[in-house]
Amino acid sequence: MAGHIFYFLIFPGLLFAGVGGGLLSWFDRKITARVQFRVGPPLLQPFYDFVKLMAKETIIPSNAAKTVFLLAPILAVAGACLSSVFILLPGFGISSGFRGDLVVVFYLLMVPSLAYIIGALASGNPIANLGASREMKLIIGYELSLLLVLAAIILKAGNTISLNEIIAVQQQQGAFIGSISGMLLFIVSMMCVQAKLAFVPFDIADAETEIAGGIFLEFSGFTLAMVKLAKYIMLLVLPSFVVVILLGGFRFEGIHILWSVLKLLGVVLLITLVRNTNPRLTIGQSMRFFFIWMNLFAIIAIVLAYFGY
Amino acid sequence: MGIKSYCFKKSLWLYHFAGASCNNCDIEVLDCLTPRYDVERFGMLLIGSVRHADVLLVAGSINKKCKSRLLEVYHQAPKPLVVVAIGACGITGGVFAEGNTFAGPVDKIIPVDVYIPGCPPKPEAILAGIVNFLNKS
Repeated sequence: MAGHIFYFLIFPGLLFAGVGGGLLSWFDRKITARVQFRVGPPLLQPFYDFVKLMAKETIIPSNAAKTVFLLAPILAVAGACLSSVFILLPGFGISSGFRGDLVVVFYLLMVPSLAYIIGALASGNPIANLGASREMKLIIGYELSLLLVLAAIILKAGNTISLNEIIAVQQQQGAFIGSISGMLLFIVSMMCVQAKLAFVPFDIADAETEIAGGIFLEFSGFTLAMVKLAKYIMLLVLPSFVVVILLGGFRFEGIHILWSVLKLLGVVLLITLVRNTNPRLTIGQSMRFFFIWMNLFAIIAIVLAYFGY
Repeated sequence: MGIKSYCFKKSLWLYHFAGASCNNCDIEVLDCLTPRYDVERFGMLLIGSVRHADVLLVAGSINKKCKSRLLEVYHQAPKPLVVVAIGACGITGGVFAEGNTFAGPVDKIIPVDVYIPGCPPKPEAILAGIVNFLNKS
């Protein structure tokens, strides 16, 4: 029991994922600044932001559902921590003794987005409600593509849904991205990660220039700090998930430590570059993008994987 | 200096309130975000919702229509909040001071912490004003 609490609060959970995700968030902002020929923020900027928000006043709007509005960001953090435990434990080679990892992770990764929707709907602000409805449509768009990706991964790994076994198969036979179907799956999963992180081509739900922050509009002080923490954790968890299911996982012996870190940074770099070189899509465009193109890519990948390519 | 106030100074998020201005001050505020001045070096970000704001930038003269809105925005912002009046119109009324719709300079409506004069002030002047305030407090 104490071990499980340690997993949740300290090592792959809250503390580790929060600090690691904060550093990745700085990496993302710094790369963004360099792409725009700016200098960018200092290394500890995410932590300054977090402490400042914790110390600020928390405003609860007068027509909000108070309890739900305050608890939704905590639910988002809890969901993000749980998904980081379930992804990083197998990723770091620690056996959790639990077999159905992939399906649980698929559901847990959706929890932060759902919590944002609940919080936005509870805030009683019409613009936040607009953001929540956009986020719902985006979820409907990308979840099917992600499910198809996971189906193809299960097929390629020889009908296993355990992340430990998926990593073991990749470390014996080479990472899945080495095959044609693996490359297609990588493209699709990167697009799903982009949408899950709500980064620019798909930041429809919190578009600052049109709906002023959307789902996060009414959050302030403590609640906004929790939202930021959940976002930091997701910025570590989702690229790790891509590394685990497609790039062969992490290994911690000798030179492999360097490769593991470079894999993670490479995926985050790719996400950041896509974010900085694309305009925001409308909700119809993004749903069409996922429903037609990404699902098509994923189905082609499943067929290729079935025939062994 | 406590860690709270240190982090507050290192991470100021700006909310931009444009009164009945001629938009020159607004353009100069946006200039601060460009690669040449880059306020993100100091952790400042321009944000869209006043609920996230640490600094309220008020540019332009305040007339009878936008007085109530300015008060509402001020009360919606979480405290502690730094209010910055930018440009001659925000500070004194400027050329609009004798107009019949003029509703008083910003500091008659809400408490102001920093005054940045100029018509419009240069981006360097805006940065210098905020940096001076942070060093003093």
